[in-house]
Amino acid sequence: MRGLAGLLVNGLLIGGATITVLPLVWMVSVSLMSPGEASTFPPPLLPGHVTFANYRELFAHAGMGRNLVNSVVLTIAVTLVSLLFNVAAGYAFAKLRFAGRDRIFKILLGALVIPAQVAMVPLFLLLKHLGLVNTYGGVLVPAMASVFGIFVVRQYALSVPDELLEAARIDGANEFRIFRSVIVPVLRPIVVTLAVFTSLGTWNDFMWPLIVLNDSELYTLPVALASLSREHVQDNELMMAASVLTTLPVLVVFLVLQRYYIQGLMLGSVKG
Amino acid sequence: MRAVGAAWCFVAPALLVIAVFFFLPVFAALAMSLTDFDIYALADGRNLRLVGLHNYAQLLQTPLFWQAFGNTLYFVVVGVPLSITISFGTALLLHSKLVKFPAFFRTALFAPVVTTLVAVAVIWRYLFHPHYGWLNYTLSRIGIAPIDWLGDPHWAMPAIIVFAVWKNFGYNMIILLAGLQSIPEQLYEAARIDGASMWRQFRHVTLPMLAPIVTMVNILTIAGYFQLFAEPYVMTQGGPLQSTVSVLYFMYEEGFKWWNLGSASAVAFVLFLFIFGLTALQLRLARWQSAA
Repeated sequence: MRGLAGLLVNGLLIGGATITVLPLVWMVSVSLMSPGEASTFPPPLLPGHVTFANYRELFAHAGMGRNLVNSVVLTIAVTLVSLLFNVAAGYAFAKLRFAGRDRIFKILLGALVIPAQVAMVPLFLLLKHLGLVNTYGGVLVPAMASVFGIFVVRQYALSVPDELLEAARIDGANEFRIFRSVIVPVLRPIVVTLAVFTSLGTWNDFMWPLIVLNDSELYTLPVALASLSREHVQDNELMMAASVLTTLPVLVVFLVLQRYYIQGLMLGSVKG
Repeated sequence: MRAVGAAWCFVAPALLVIAVFFFLPVFAALAMSLTDFDIYALADGRNLRLVGLHNYAQLLQTPLFWQAFGNTLYFVVVGVPLSITISFGTALLLHSKLVKFPAFFRTALFAPVVTTLVAVAVIWRYLFHPHYGWLNYTLSRIGIAPIDWLGDPHWAMPAIIVFAVWKNFGYNMIILLAGLQSIPEQLYEAARIDGASMWRQFRHVTLPMLAPIVTMVNILTIAGYFQLFAEPYVMTQGGPLQSTVSVLYFMYEEGFKWWNLGSASAVAFVLFLFIFGLTALQLRLARWQSAA
């Protein structure tokens, strides 16, 4: 009985994992096929002969190298700046006293129910006014701080003992010094979690970059891939290579740092 | 006293960004939805007029808006229960003591969540291909005739739902799994001593303990599914016969293709109010249930 149940549980999981992973593995496989090879029936599992021609084509003619650079630069910039702003604010909301602190925090939490898309039309006009449409700034500037980021840092920072801060203050350290040399080291785990979460989210983001970037030179990878896939509907092998280029970096980052990512997901889920 | 000044230095940058680039646009969206902001106003602000609720009235008379709303509702009503059922099922499997490699399975089942939506949508567009796709090939092996998944107005939305569930279910799976793991083992022991069967343990221990998490998962998933956009953008471009135009897809085209920015803002607000209403309703329902 127990053996049978074990077989069933593991069998179902193997089936489920095959369905989730196989399309990703197959994407890599097709990306290594020669043009037209995948458009046959039945669909081939493995390339007859491995070629990197599709990747060369992406960089040489489709200009994807440029898009890769855009994605990397924007992801790093958004992650660094938003970490600085969110960690500082989250810490202050948890541990420092200032007028209206709790009221402001409540208003911020209330904002979580508003979908980002509600703000998009006026945000576009605002950024156009500031000359930021069709620049890196158009993606970076609105992402420099987030309620979610402030929230998770605050929740974590609440558990930092006040005595730690008092001790540093008695030693005569000013608030900025305390933040840099006492707080940031203590908050390290949540900083890493937030960094992983923010960078994957920024890399994968689609709708806003699609709206604010018009020039294909400035497209991030997802936007470039969407536009490419509308033009090259038939070039499956090329599209798969572009998909690998777009999604493999985030998959690798996730596999290496998944402990932190899962942690962030649990923290984020508390927001409801 | 110095500490107060420092506190403001810490919060000011983040608050300024959120105020200027989120709260301001949200209020502006409400204001804009009451104007006839279009491409002429974009060129010259003097062409802007207040039109009251005209945009909203106009929307209700636009067949494509109703279609987009219906399509989105279809996506939510079928997709959310399907997604949460699968999340719950896989969470229960992963929670079982009989699993051989729980960490491996957890990672494998979760992998689609972290992938780039656009990239996996491109893969699935190919899996759904009527001639060369794996899905039709597999179905043909069990004697089912090929289906033009993304080309048939009856099948395009189901295909998008299958894809979205594949992409998303792992997220709730992790949250529900954490919920299962947080249920104290003593509760099950006590139930077993009382002679409760597996099913009764599930019904009277697992489900009630998990209820708050399930409510939260429902609320977040429904809100998320209402924001359907990239899937139809990449896979079907709203077609065939506009069967996959979602509310946000409609908003995007209205705003950034036709530059009817007043009307697009109204669409965004209708969507927001709808999500907000549903969230409030679910919270009230959950409170009423836990009180009963």
